[in-house]
Amino acid sequence: MGLIVFLIVVVVVLVWVASAYNGLIALKNQTVNAWKQIDVQLKRRHDLIPNLVNTVKGSMNFEKDTLQAVVDARSKAMASGGGVKETAAAEGALSGALGKLFVVMERYPDLKSSQNVRDLQEELSSTENKIAFARQLYNDVATGYNTKQQQFPTNLVAGLARAEHAELWELEDKAEGAVPQVDLSLQKPQG
Amino acid sequence: MTAGLNLFEQQARNRRLTVAWLALFILFFAWLGFGGDLAFYLAAASRTEGQVAYRFPWIGVVVTSIAAIVAWVSWRKGPQQVLWSTGARELVAPQTLEEKQLVNVVEEMAIAAGLPKPKTYVIDDPDPNAFATGRDATTACIAVTTGLLAVVNREELQAVVAHEMGHVRNLDVRLMTLIASLVGVIVVLSNGMGRMLRGSGSLLGGRGRKGGGPLLVAAAIVFVLWVITLILAPFISRIMAMAVSRDREYLADATGAELTRNPGALASALQKIETHEAPTTHIKEGAAHLCIADPLGRDVNLKDGRLADLLATHPPMAKRITRLKGMAFQQLKAAGQLPAS
Repeated sequence: MGLIVFLIVVVVVLVWVASAYNGLIALKNQTVNAWKQIDVQLKRRHDLIPNLVNTVKGSMNFEKDTLQAVVDARSKAMASGGGVKETAAAEGALSGALGKLFVVMERYPDLKSSQNVRDLQEELSSTENKIAFARQLYNDVATGYNTKQQQFPTNLVAGLARAEHAELWELEDKAEGAVPQVDLSLQKPQG
Repeated sequence: MTAGLNLFEQQARNRRLTVAWLALFILFFAWLGFGGDLAFYLAAASRTEGQVAYRFPWIGVVVTSIAAIVAWVSWRKGPQQVLWSTGARELVAPQTLEEKQLVNVVEEMAIAAGLPKPKTYVIDDPDPNAFATGRDATTACIAVTTGLLAVVNREELQAVVAHEMGHVRNLDVRLMTLIASLVGVIVVLSNGMGRMLRGSGSLLGGRGRKGGGPLLVAAAIVFVLWVITLILAPFISRIMAMAVSRDREYLADATGAELTRNPGALASALQKIETHEAPTTHIKEGAAHLCIADPLGRDVNLKDGRLADLLATHPPMAKRITRLKGMAFQQLKAAGQLPAS
């Protein structure tokens, strides 16, 4: 009788360990996949930027600095390593530079009315959105993954599943949030 | 009532409801088929005094197999039929800026929901409206009218698409497709059987009286119950379908707001959709329960109350807008700031 009870307990524990392990692995893969989704969109943005720069270059001779900032930020972002923090910082700077460029472009009615530029702008702002939504999903999935590996009793099998804390993509306020304000308040319209 | 449920609870609930509907449907057809057999069997037994003259349950077998076939076909073809009936065209190569925006916005929301990108359709209709259909996330389709593209801005379009993506993610599309196909079968079969009965009513009449007895009474009772279900089934199944659909609109609003983190945009989109309210002529009654706003422009959706609760496919627009504005307010309060633009 005692043996049967013991065997049942062992089986129950094994089943639980297997399901907890599998759950953690599934979450881990979801996190990796969510990160890849961000990567896809970042690459797309990197590909789109040269088109935009070439298109607006001619009409925006006076805004060389703004354009150069975008180009520089892009190459920096492309060169940055794979870590969440570095990528977040470099891509945040690129978003800031792009935002600045869009604000400046508002001052050129010819540019704004050009079909080509409007299409490009739609593509780029959609890509910006996709990056933001992919980041949102990544952060949600990664938070779920982190919570699961810390919670009892799943934390007991976290080591077995080689679960590691997934870093979140934090928004850097100074890079993204404040840029439009800088443009609107400090810069006076030129020419 | 469902506003407090999270995504996984809602998905689980939809899965349970799907199973419940299927079970109900099977039971209903078993009754429709074999109940009829039982009535005839009892009637026959009462005539021949115990000797069984009527053995094989033909009605049951025939009805059940017809129902299974029709349900299966409409389950597989339902979404395409809905799209076809509205004259929707798939947006493969977007031409105008508006169309490009729509395709982009759908892609953005698919990313936000972490789902494959649904097919995008456009309906040439001046009334702003939108709906989602499909069996699951991989077969999902989102359709919007040209009227919607004309009146809303990018943010609002995003909010509307997010609402539809909410239906896809919560598995509402699956449940609604299933219910639509089952209700369709019930209506068709109930009409058909009703007609058949009128032709063969004499079977239970006159001749049976000679035998008489409790068996015939039992046969009559079963038969009457059977006819009543046959008559009421279409109404009841429709009312149940409406209740299911109404429930889901609030939740899709909430899911949409969760995806965009921008409930205010959906509130203003709904407001615009409401002020442009006119019947969407291209969307027939069969697809009404799928739309973001009732395409038939029925007054019953605007009112609140018992009868409205029973008959409307959508909750009152004013209530939905109020809830979304509440969410937007909470968001601002949490962030401690005023709207950015």
